[in-house]
This record gives sequence, C-alpha cells and structure tokens, in this order.
Amino acid sequence: MATLGEPQAGTVVRVSGPLMEVDGVEGVAMLEILAVGPQRISAETVAIAGNRATLQAYEYTGGVKAGDAAVATGNQLTGLLGPGLLGQVFDGLMRPLSSAPLWLTPGRSTSEEDPGILARKWTFVPSAAVGEQVSPGDVLGTVPGAGSVEHRVLVPPGISGELAWLASESQVRALDPVARIGSREVSLAERWPVRSARPFRDRPAGAVPLHTGQRVLDLMYPLARGAAAAVPGGFGTGKTMLLQQIAKWSDADVIVYVGCGERGNEMADVLDGLSQLVDERTGGKLIDRTVIIANTSNMPMMAREASIYTGICVAEYYRDMGYDVVVIADSTSRWAEALREFANRNGDLPAEDGYPANLASALAAFYERAGRVTTLGGRTASVTVIGAVSPPGGDMTEPVTTDTQRFVRCLWLLDRDLAYSRHYPAVSWTGSFTRDEEAVGRWHTANGDPGWAKRRARAASLLAEADRLGDLADIIGANSLPGHERMVLLGGRLLRDGVLMQNALSANDGFCSAEKGAALLDLVLDVVDTCQKLVEDGVPATSIEQADHGPVLRAREETGPRDAAAVSSRRAEIVRGLEALR
Amino acid sequence: MTDRTTTPGAADSENLPRKAEGRISHGDVRELRGPLLVMGDVAGVGWDEFASVDVAGRERHGLVLEVDHDLVTLQVLEGTDGMAPGNIRVRFAGQPLRIPVGPGWLGRVCNGRGEPLDGGPPVTGDTTLPVSGWPLNPVHREPPQEPVLTGISVIDALTTLVRGQKLPIFSVPGLPHLALATQIAAQATSGGTAFRVVFAAMGLTHADIAYVRDRLEERSAAGELVLLLNAADDPVIERILTPRIALTVAEHLAYTEGHDVLVIMSDMTSYAEAVREVSAARREIPARRGYPGYLYSDLASLYERCGRVRGQNGSVTIVPVLTMPAGDITHPVPDLTGYITEGQIVLSAEVAARGIYPPVDALSSLSRLMRSGAGAGRTREDHLDVAAQVLAALARARQAAELAELVGAGALSETDRSYIAYRGQVESGLLNQGHDELRSLDDTLGRAWSALATLPRQELTMLSTEFLDRYLPEGSEAS
Repeated sequence: MATLGEPQAGTVVRVSGPLMEVDGVEGVAMLEILAVGPQRISAETVAIAGNRATLQAYEYTGGVKAGDAAVATGNQLTGLLGPGLLGQVFDGLMRPLSSAPLWLTPGRSTSEEDPGILARKWTFVPSAAVGEQVSPGDVLGTVPGAGSVEHRVLVPPGISGELAWLASESQVRALDPVARIGSREVSLAERWPVRSARPFRDRPAGAVPLHTGQRVLDLMYPLARGAAAAVPGGFGTGKTMLLQQIAKWSDADVIVYVGCGERGNEMADVLDGLSQLVDERTGGKLIDRTVIIANTSNMPMMAREASIYTGICVAEYYRDMGYDVVVIADSTSRWAEALREFANRNGDLPAEDGYPANLASALAAFYERAGRVTTLGGRTASVTVIGAVSPPGGDMTEPVTTDTQRFVRCLWLLDRDLAYSRHYPAVSWTGSFTRDEEAVGRWHTANGDPGWAKRRARAASLLAEADRLGDLADIIGANSLPGHERMVLLGGRLLRDGVLMQNALSANDGFCSAEKGAALLDLVLDVVDTCQKLVEDGVPATSIEQADHGPVLRAREETGPRDAAAVSSRRAEIVRGLEALR
Repeated sequence: MTDRTTTPGAADSENLPRKAEGRISHGDVRELRGPLLVMGDVAGVGWDEFASVDVAGRERHGLVLEVDHDLVTLQVLEGTDGMAPGNIRVRFAGQPLRIPVGPGWLGRVCNGRGEPLDGGPPVTGDTTLPVSGWPLNPVHREPPQEPVLTGISVIDALTTLVRGQKLPIFSVPGLPHLALATQIAAQATSGGTAFRVVFAAMGLTHADIAYVRDRLEERSAAGELVLLLNAADDPVIERILTPRIALTVAEHLAYTEGHDVLVIMSDMTSYAEAVREVSAARREIPARRGYPGYLYSDLASLYERCGRVRGQNGSVTIVPVLTMPAGDITHPVPDLTGYITEGQIVLSAEVAARGIYPPVDALSSLSRLMRSGAGAGRTREDHLDVAAQVLAALARARQAAELAELVGAGALSETDRSYIAYRGQVESGLLNQGHDELRSLDDTLGRAWSALATLPRQELTMLSTEFLDRYLPEGSEAS
C-alpha cells in the first residue's frame, strides 16, 4: 500500500474496551491502521470527525491511557500473500500463530510480517519469457514445496506491460523481487488489503457440484462450487462436526478454515485431525491443502471481526491461481456480534436485537465474495463459502439467521430434535434448501448419473410422507394405519437411519463417494418398493416391520467409503429375505 | 501529562490529587451511579487499571472501565453504598489487577476477592499474574483426549468428561446441582490421579456454602482444595473478579506446577447478573434480556481458560454450574454458555420427580469431546457405540411413552412396549445412584448392557455383531 503522507502522531483521549478515540491525527483515512501506545497495538480507523478519529483496537487495550501517542501507519489491514500459507495457522490479522508464544500477549508483534516468514527462502522456478507482454493473472513462475497444490506466482492486479526482467531459478525470500514489468517490480509475495475483494474477469454460467462426502448434503441439498451455504443450528446440533467433516472430505483444492470466535480446543482438534489424515488425491496430509485462521472466542474481539475477511482474502489468492477453494467460517454469528459490540460502544443507533443497521449489507458483501469465476488469467476457479450461524436460543428468526438466508444458495438447517436423538449430521429435511438443485441435476445428467434428480425427488417425497404419517401415528398409533402407510413409515426410517445418518468417526462411513451414496439410496428405495409389493400381496405389515433390516441399515458402515458395488450386491439377498415372508 | 510520582500543583484542596504511598490519590468525584464511580482530573491512568478506593478510612477496590480525557470511570467491587463525594480518595495501581499465585493457595478459604476467611495470613506466592489472563495460543493446545472418570454412571457412560474440557451443569433452582458438582470434585480421577480443585462460589447462599465445605472437607484437609467464596449477601460486583482469580490460580497450578486442576464455578447466572448490573449502570445498549452484547465474549474469556498444553503435564478442566431462570435453556446465560462450552449436562425437574439422582436429562446432555476421550484405547472399545445405542433407544422410548399416554399401553406394538421396559431399566439400573456412590467404568458399562438386553436384538442396530456377541448378557430377552 502506498503511504498516505508522513506518519502523523495523535493523542489518545478516550479508551473504552476496544474503542479508542484519538485527537490530532490529520489526514488519516478510513480503515487506516494506527499504532497506539508504547506497545504499538494495531487499531483501525472506523470514523473520522474533524481531527478526531475513532479506532477499533485489534488487541487488549489494558493500560492504554489518555495522552498516549497514536501513530498513523499509512496502511490498511493487509495480508502478506505468498508461499508458506498452506499448512499454517494464523490469527485474525494474519499474524502467524505457529511461531507465536504460548500466551498471546499484546506486545508480541505489531504486524503480520513475522521475521521467520520473511527470512524463509523458497525456490522460484520461472515459467514466463522476458520480453513478453504480460497482464494481471499471468503466471510468472512456480514455487515447489509450498503445500499440496502448485504455488503459482502471478502478475498482480493492476500491473501489465512488457516483462523486462524475470529471476532465474533461484532461492528467494517473500519480499525479494522475482520480476520487473515495465518499471514495476513484482516480489514473490504480495500485500493485499483484506477487506477489498480481489478482481476477476467474470462469472461463467453453469454449476458444478462440490462433493462434500456427506450424503445428506450431496444427495439432498447439494452445493455448487462458488456458491455460499449457511449452516444455522443451536448449540449441540453438530455444526462444528459437520464443518470439520467438510474440511476433511470435500473435493476442493484448498480449504481455508476460519475459526471465528469459537473454541480453542476445537482449533487444536482441527489442526491435529488434518495433520494426521492423508489426502488421497496427493498422498500428502490434508493440512497441506489447508490454511487455518484461528481467532478463538477469548482472543481480541475486533480481530475476530477482521478474521472473516482475512480468510476470504487468502481464498481469493488461491482462486486466482486457478484453484477451487472452500472457505469455512465458524461462526459468522460471532463476527456479527463483534460488529454489534463495537457499534454499541460507538453509540450507533441499533436496528434489531442491538445489531447495527448495516448488518444485512455487511453479510451480503461477505457472502458475495463467493463465486465461480474466470480469473484475470483466464482460469476457471471458485471460492465456495460455508458459514456457520449460531442463533441465540436456537431462534431462527433472529437477525443474523434471517439476513443470512437471503444471501446464500444453500441452507443446511441443523435440527435440535435430530441431534438429541443422535441423528447426525442433524441436517433437517424440512427447513433446509438448495437453490441449485436443477443445475446440479443437469451436471449429474451430463456426468454419468442421469437418475440423480429423480432419486432425490423420490427420497424427498418419501421423507415428507413419512413425517406426515409419523405425526398421525403419534396420535392414533402406527398399528391403526393401513399397511401401505406403515411401509412408508418403515421406508422413512430406513432412509433416515440407513442413508442420511452418517457416522463421522467411522473409517467406512465418515466419507461417502457419490456412487456409494447413490447406491445406498437406490438400495433403500428398492427395499421400500419390495415391501409395498408384499403388503399389496397380503403379507402382514407387522411381519415386514419386525424383519431384520440390519443388512440395509448397516450397509453404510460395513462397506468401504467408495464401494458402491458392495452396497449394490446386498440388494438381491435382502430382497430374497423379504420375499421369504410371503 | 502528569507524572504520577510527582505531586502536581498545590495539594491543599481536598479535591486535588495528593501523593500518598508513592502514588497520587485522587479526590475529584464527578459521579456515583450504581456500582460506578466517575473521577475527574485524572491523568495517566490506563484502561482496565486496578485501583484502591479509600472511603472514610476503609478500603474498597475498583477497576477502570473507561478513560475519557481526564475522566475515569471505575466499577467498585464492593459497591458504592455509603460513599459520598467528599470522603473518597482513589489511588490507581498503574497496572491491571495482579494476584500472587502458587501452591500457597491450596487448602485456603478466601472471599470472592481472594482475601482469607480462614483466619490465616494473606495468600502469598513467588510470582504475580494478571487476573484477566492471556489467550492461550491455539497452536500450543493439546486436543483433550484423556477421560476423567467421575464414578457417576450417567456422566461416565453417556457424557464422558475429558481432561482439559469445559463441561457445564445446567440446572434449575431446587435441583441437586451442588451435590453433583461436589460429587464430581470429590470422586474425579484421570489416569488414576485425583484433581486439585478450585471452587469459585458466586452468589451462593450460606447454607449452600456450608454444604459445599462439608462435602469437600476431605479434599480441603488433604490440601487439594482452594475455596473462593462470594456469598449471596456479599458485594455483587465482586463476583466479576471471583472466577478470574480462581482461573488464574488454576492456570498456575496446572501449567507451572503440573497439576490436573478442576475448576468449579457456581452459580454463573449470578455472575452474569453482576455483569449485567454494571452494563446497565453504564447505560449500554442491551442485546437480549438486558444482558450486554459482549456477554458471549466475557463468558468465553473465562471458559476458554481450560485446556491442555502440548508438552506439559497439567490441565485445567472447568465445570461451570448455572441455574436456568424458569428452567429456560434459551435464556442468554445457558444459551451463550452452551455455545462456548464443550457440551452440557442438563438436570431436569421431571427426572428428579421420578426419584432419580443425579436427575440428568440424558438426551439433552452431551459431551462434545467424548468421541476423542472414550472408546478403544481410552476407556473401552464398546463405549462409544454403547452410549450412542443407549441414547438412540432412550429417544425411541420417549416417543413410545408419549404414544402410550395417548393411546394406552395396550395399543402399543410389542417393540414399543419393550422400549418402555428398557427405559425403566436404564433409569433404575444405570442412571440412578447414590450421592457418595462411586462406580467403576466396567460396572457402569455392564449396567448399560443389562438395560440394552431388554430390547429385541434386531433393534440394536448401532452395535456391531462382534460387540453384541461379546458383551450382551446371556439369557436376555435379546439373545
């Protein structure tokens, strides 16, 4: 970022938690970072009136006094984007945590530029030719050994012209120049203000599903690459578990996991889990395709607010290299609360539940940074955003939940009753939706599974019918229902327990390939058809209900995660067992 | 800016700053409101600084909530009752509150500010630490995975506590949450080792405090207990400090002394009310039910101080206890707590009414870390599957019981009737136990299997054939 003039020193006049007011800073810009007090803690400018600026501090402000100096830095909150992000953990301001001490005191570092990161040497392998005309997004070279995807050094946005000089294959550090375009030098790593979206060429039409490995999502509520999904759910409904499963198993190139105001133990668990699991596509570890942004609930609140943007900025950086990136944000409600906290301290008039009036637009701006795009360099790539929402009291009418629903393509609503009866993932089939079912259906039709949409429709209607009859059975008793309706109830149970439920801890069941998911659903639908025929032919419903359905229900656990054939091969024997009831 | 070690101007007027004990004392009181004291003409005081407030010769304590030009707003821990603008002198400590830490705390009984109630000398230690603590770098955290055995079946079997976890007890007034919390404190072991216990009482009645002291007498006598007691009639604002002192002491015992520490904080609802009182006095915009928008972060700054550190022995396990006003789990205190903690143990009046102790509502209760702390290599190979099956069957049994109330037990299917029998067996055989009864894990899991044996075997779909063959009792209904 260009410096906005000479550093200006102002004076702190007010401190109230993360809010500070500073007098006498001339020429400071909105969003500019100031360094405050003897510890030079970072604070961002959020309001300017005359020569008084209001700042939100990114650190604990204990000990900051009226009269302390506040020095303008000329920079916005920036991230240093370069090799070395994958596999690492950063805080909300993109300062590395992997190299930080045990206790995070305010004085530890004042910028994202960790000396360890700046000193590290990388091999730069040039791939462009001097004398070419280059424009933003063109590949200048690659950096081997920087995570599980090929790290591409691109011409940054806003720079084009003749490639006057390109470094030969050599060892370079993050801020060393690797190319000169016209008169502008390009370094290995670039700085980017995290709140600004990185530019791209356009958004192409068409939808390609993101395979998450979670059956209820892939079969019922699929998410397209570049779309946004929200996962609202009260506490204990398994939000974090579901998000961790997606981080582990979805077929994206890069995962950015933003722990925004959540638990420290959970971040340790994510880190530990991903460090141990093998990435089947590369043979490396899953952590090598992952960047973790951890701003736990006890870390400074305003850095939590920034962490969402830091995460999506990193995602856009990898998108521009041509990769499909998934950003998982747990939880956007904590981010919204940070907005609220600060707005309240600042005396802003509240809209709903104390949230500021710009909550909806802030949410929209965040989710709209998702997208499947043609990058400046002409590659098709995507940023998919999955945001957890933590509605207070499980109240789905609260502002963050309702506003979020307006801006996402998918809603995976987690249901407390399902979770309490240990049906995980507790994705509700009454409140969830996807807006991309038709487009995803077309993609499946074109990619070898023309029955996808029909299968999904049958499952959805079976679930709805079983729910309706279940309510009725609760009043009059299942035994009073006619046989074909009792078969619907049985089918609903087989579908819920045998297909939609998934055991995250199981080696066979934690991940499910698209083919195995389809085979399981086909198996259940076939069994339902067989049962209906039996009832029609006079077999008592009770004897069908009391038959051992274990082989159907255990198929998901007892067959390999990609073994669709083993599931299908059970069909004949199961049907034969049922036919024997005649 | 005034240098605090020199006396600025004339100190003859009552309201001008005076130098005393090396620190300036201030007397320019601008406002007294609720627990808040606003001082004027103050320079060089930092946010969150600690202060001692001299009220006509008696000492009170304050924390800086806001610095605005020369005005400083303090919350007075002992409250502002009886304070008059003319008789107040405030001295600022120059830093946030620090307390001495070390093994000297063990065996002591103190008030909510850490001052002795046991007639002993003030607690001393080699080092001091700020009570607000610092965030633990998540990269240095070790994911908790060693089970804590409490000897209480419903917890060990269904919501296993794990070393370094934070697992609250959600209760309603009148239920035996203190009996349960103290039973955990008295019986809990991890890897065969007992815990050091730090008990922070906030707003408990004297009868409750006497009960806690009685129940934990052995631990106290063994020098393994720290009691911090803020009673219901003690200063309300002091409660804001009590858990912070408890956790600072606990963190030092854990990470420096290498102990496993269990921190019990009761009642968090009283704590949150103190936070709300300060917020209301500051005229902050409330979020829900008058509680401030930062209650989540405030509670997190306490609960997140649990954990394990890579390469170190000690651990901090936190069991907060809270009473849900009107039994409402969506009330902000239980709700926000549930979002921060790693599960919850919910007590239910309905279960208590059926004569079951501890009256845990097993289906609403959950230990998120159980999956890493139980099972093969941790507790027993069948533990997780048994727990899942017990709970799933309880959910089904609840439906069957509701149905029986509508249509009569006679109209139920045979399967549904077996679920109702199963529920009775779970409640009497597994869930119900004595206040001092300590059960081994094998005993507990055996009881779970006995209950499952009342169900037809084909209903036990969450258990593998292997486990069924190995553990299901012989000659049962199911075999």
